[in-house]
Amino acid sequence: MTATIPKHIPAEGYIPASRQQEAPQKAYKWIGKNLKRVEDPRLLTGNGQYIDDIVVPKMAHAAVLRSDRAHARIKRIDTSKAKALPGVILVMTGEDAKKVTGPTAQFASPPVVQYCIAVDRVRHVGEAVVAVVAESRYIAEDACDLIEVEYEDLPVVVDPEAAIRSSGDAVLHPERGPTNVAHRHTYTYGPIKDDFARADLVVKRRLRWGRSGAQPLETTGTIASFEPGSGKFTLYANSSFLNYVGWLVGASLGVPAAKLNVIPCVTGGSFGSKLFTHKVMTLTATLARAAGRPVKYIEDRIDSTTSCDNHGSDRIYNCELALKRDGTMLALRFQVIDDYGAYLQFGYGTHGNSLCQIVGPYRIGSIEMELVAVLTNKCQQGAYRGFGSEVTNWMLERMADAAADELKMDPLDLRRKNLIQPDQFPYVIPSGNVYDSGNYPAVMNEALRLADLPRWKKVQAEARSEGRCVGIGVATCQERSVFSATEFWSLNPTDNPGFTLTSSPESVQLRVDPTGIVHVTLGSPFWGNSPETMATQLVAEQFQIDPAQINIVYADTQSGFNSTGPGGSRFTVMIAGAIVGASAKVKAKMLRIAGHMMETHQGDLEFRDGKIGVKGVPGKEKTIGDVSLYAHYFRLNLPEGDDFASGLDANYVYDHPLTTMPAKDRSHLGIFYPIMGHMCHMALVEVDPKTGKVKILDYVAVHDAGTVVNPMTLAGHIRGGTAQGIGTALYEKFHYDETGQLQTATFADYLIPTLYEMPPEIRVGHVETPSPFTEYGIKGGGEGGRMGAPGALSRGIEDALSAYGVRCDELPLTPRRVRELVRAAERN
Amino acid sequence: MATFPISLTVNGAAVSRTVEPRTLLSDFLRDDLGLKGTHVGCEHGVCGTCTVLIDGQSARSCLTFAVQADGCAIRTVDGLAQGGQLNPLQQGFWEKHGLQCGFCTPGMLMVATELLERNANPSTDEIREAVSANLCRCTGYYNIVESIQHAVTLMKEGAK
Repeated sequence: MTATIPKHIPAEGYIPASRQQEAPQKAYKWIGKNLKRVEDPRLLTGNGQYIDDIVVPKMAHAAVLRSDRAHARIKRIDTSKAKALPGVILVMTGEDAKKVTGPTAQFASPPVVQYCIAVDRVRHVGEAVVAVVAESRYIAEDACDLIEVEYEDLPVVVDPEAAIRSSGDAVLHPERGPTNVAHRHTYTYGPIKDDFARADLVVKRRLRWGRSGAQPLETTGTIASFEPGSGKFTLYANSSFLNYVGWLVGASLGVPAAKLNVIPCVTGGSFGSKLFTHKVMTLTATLARAAGRPVKYIEDRIDSTTSCDNHGSDRIYNCELALKRDGTMLALRFQVIDDYGAYLQFGYGTHGNSLCQIVGPYRIGSIEMELVAVLTNKCQQGAYRGFGSEVTNWMLERMADAAADELKMDPLDLRRKNLIQPDQFPYVIPSGNVYDSGNYPAVMNEALRLADLPRWKKVQAEARSEGRCVGIGVATCQERSVFSATEFWSLNPTDNPGFTLTSSPESVQLRVDPTGIVHVTLGSPFWGNSPETMATQLVAEQFQIDPAQINIVYADTQSGFNSTGPGGSRFTVMIAGAIVGASAKVKAKMLRIAGHMMETHQGDLEFRDGKIGVKGVPGKEKTIGDVSLYAHYFRLNLPEGDDFASGLDANYVYDHPLTTMPAKDRSHLGIFYPIMGHMCHMALVEVDPKTGKVKILDYVAVHDAGTVVNPMTLAGHIRGGTAQGIGTALYEKFHYDETGQLQTATFADYLIPTLYEMPPEIRVGHVETPSPFTEYGIKGGGEGGRMGAPGALSRGIEDALSAYGVRCDELPLTPRRVRELVRAAERN
Repeated sequence: MATFPISLTVNGAAVSRTVEPRTLLSDFLRDDLGLKGTHVGCEHGVCGTCTVLIDGQSARSCLTFAVQADGCAIRTVDGLAQGGQLNPLQQGFWEKHGLQCGFCTPGMLMVATELLERNANPSTDEIREAVSANLCRCTGYYNIVESIQHAVTLMKEGAK
C-alpha cells in the first residue's frame, strides 16, 4: 500500500508497520453474529448492581449545599444549626476540606485550581459549598437547609465573546493572569496562505453550536470507606476511567495509589460523562475519612445538571472555506471561541480531538485554527459523545452546504467530488493524523440506495405542491476511533505540555479453569456498552468454543492490569487486541499439552467446536475440558520445565495499535486517532413554518466501523447516538441567563427527545472496510450517530425552508429558533 | 418526625412497616425493602425510570409517598421473572436489544406490563404511546417498541 502524505510532513517512516496478528477473514464462527447480550439478564431482572444499589455496613449518606450564585466571594458560612440537627455526623466546608484534601485532578497547563468543595469563592451556580454527612439522605438534606452562607457577588460572565474582554473582579482565576482567556493560539497545518491565494472562491460563515450534554439517566455517585489502621480507601464508583482516576484521586487525598482501591459498578449510561467523575469520588472519600464511617453520595438530578462532568462543547466559529470554481476544496481557516465554563478538566482536549479528523472525508490540503478558549461562570465542560469532533463534523458539513449553495451545485455532487478515494489510504491529513482505511463512495452509495432518493424527491415534490415544507439533508462525516492521549496535551504550550505520549493500553487476564470454562477479567468497566458480549464473542472465536463456556468478570484497580477504559470509541478494538494476545499464550500451552496427550505434533492440532483435534482427522480430538483438567492436575505426566507448569492462564497488555509523537514544533501532531470510521446520514424532514415544529419523516444512517463484531449492538449505538444527535440539533440546551442561572436544570426544562421526537425508524446500514492495523480489522463505532445527525438535520431544515431562504447556522434549532428564522425571512 | 404504620403487598408478599410520611415510595421500595430494581432517574416525575404498578396502574414512585400506598398492591420489576425464568417481556427486550445501559429498563418494562395487561394485542401506535411516557437515553426507542411487539408474539406462542 502507498500512503498519501502531505508535503509538510516528513514521509520517511511516518507510518509505523502494522502489528496486526489476526487478519480479517472471509467468515467467522462468532464474530459478526447477533449474539444476545451477555449483560442483559441481570439488568432485566433488577439485579444490575448500579452504584446506588450497593449497601455497605454502617454506611452514612451525604448531601451537598450548592451555590445559588454564579460568581461570588464566600464571606461567612454558619453551620451551627446543621451540626446540631439529630442524625448529622459531619458538616464540612471548603476550608475544612482543603486542610486534608488537595485540588482535584485536571489536565490543563497551566493548571486551573479546583477543589471538591469551593474555597473562598464560587464560580458557577451549582458549585459545592458545604457537604453534610448524616444517618440518612433525608436528614442530610434537612441539614443543608439549615446552613447560612453569606456571599459578596462578583461580576458574572456568561457570554463567551464578552469573556474575552473581562477584567478586574470578573476574572475567574486571577492567579492564571488578568484575563478569562484561558488559552489563545493559532495552529497552522500545511500551506494555508498558498491555498487561499489560489482559491477562486472563499465561503464565509459564522456558526454557533449550543451547549448540550450527555445527561445519562443515572447520575454520578460513590461509596467511600476509609480504614484508619491500614490508611486505605475503598471506593465503589461509576467512573469508567477508574484505572487513571484512581491514582489521580489518591493524589488529591494525599495517599499513594496502593492505598486506594476502586471497585467498578454497572453504570447507568455515560456517553462520556462518567469518564472522570473525580469530583464526586474525591468529595466522598474526603467525607468518609473525616466522618469515620463509609459514606454514600449520589448526585441528585439538580446536582448533576448544574455541576456534573457532562456539559459538552459550546462554540462560536468564524469559518472560511477556500475552493476552486469547480467545487474542489482547498483549505479551511477558522477561529473558534469555546466557552469552557468555570474550570478546565481535560485542558483543550476537545480541540486536540477535533484536529484528528479536521478535514472530514475531504481532500482539503491545509488547515488553520485560531483557538480562543474562554472561562465563564458556567459548569465546566466534560466529555460528551464526540468529544469536540462532532462539532467540527457539523461545522464542515455546514461549510460544504454553504459552498454548494454559493456554487449552485448539488450538495451530494460537491461532497462526492471531494471525497478521499479508496486507493489513497493510508491517508495522512494536514494535522498529521492518519486515516487508516475507508471506502467513502461505497458508504454514500449504500445510503442513497437505502434512502431511495428518487422516492424521497417524489415525496418532497408532492408535499411542496401542497404548500408543505419538506427537505432533504445529507452529511458525510468521519468517525475517528481508538484515542491515544495526544489529544489531551498536544495544544498545550510546547515549553510545558504537562503530559507526554502514552500507549493508552488495555488489558485482560484470561484463565481456563479445570472444567474448561474460560474466565476473562476485564480492566474496563461496563458503562452502557457491551463489554461482556464483545469479549465473549472474541474469546469464542479465538478458542472456537460456545459462549456458554465463557465467564466475564471485572477487575478492581488493585487486582487489574493496565487499562484505560472505554471512551473515544476504543473499547472493542483494544479488548480485541488484549484477547488475541492473551489467547495466543494460553492456546499455545494447551496445544503443547494436547500434543502430549494425543502423542501428536502440536503443529498438527487445531481448535475446533470446543475441542482440540488433529487437522484433517475428524474424531481424533480431546475436549477443551479434558485438556484443561490435565493441565491443572496431571502435570507429573508431562515433561519437565516451565512450559508445562500447572494451570492455564495469561495476562496481556495491548498497547495502542498506531500512535506517534507530535513534531517538536507542532507543525504536525503525529498519529493519534487513526482507526477511522465513516458515515453517511440522510434525513427527510418536514417543517411547519407556522409553529417551527420539525418532524423527521425518514432517516438513514450508514456506517463503516470496519469488521463488525455484533451488528445488532453496533446498530444500537448508531440509533441511540443518532437520537442524541437529534436532541443536540433540535431540542437540548443548557441555557444560562445573564445572571448565570441555569434555566434548564431539570428534565422538564432540558428537553431530552422522547419517542415522539424520533423518526419512525432510523434505518441503519453497515459497510465494512477492515482496518489494516487492528485485530480482525475492527474499528470503533460507539459515538457515531451523534457525529452525523446535526449536519444532516440542519441541511434538511434549510432545504425544507428553501422558499424562505433561511440559514441554519445555530443549534439547537428549537421550534422557537425556527420561528425566528422564518419571521426574519418574512420581514425581509 | 412522626411515623405511620403502613401495610401493603409488594410483588405478592405482605409487608408491614412504619414510615415517615415524607418517605417516597421509591425510597421505601429501595431502602426499606431492599428492592433495588426500581431506579430513580430525575426525581421530579419526568423520566419515568421509577415507574411501578399500584393496583395495576403505572405510577411514578418518585412522586408517590409510601403512605399513599397503604393497602395497595405494588408490583416492581423485581417480581417479573418467575421461577428463575425471564417473562415474555423481559425475553422480548433481550432478543430485540431493547436496552443498553439498562437504567431506564425497569420503568419501560412496567409501562409495557400495564399496556399488555390491558390490551394483549396492541397496535404499533398504542405501543409507541405507552413508551413515549418514559425517557431512554441509549436506544432511540425503536428497539424498545420492537421488543414489546416481540413479547406480544412470544405471549401468543406461549398461549397456544
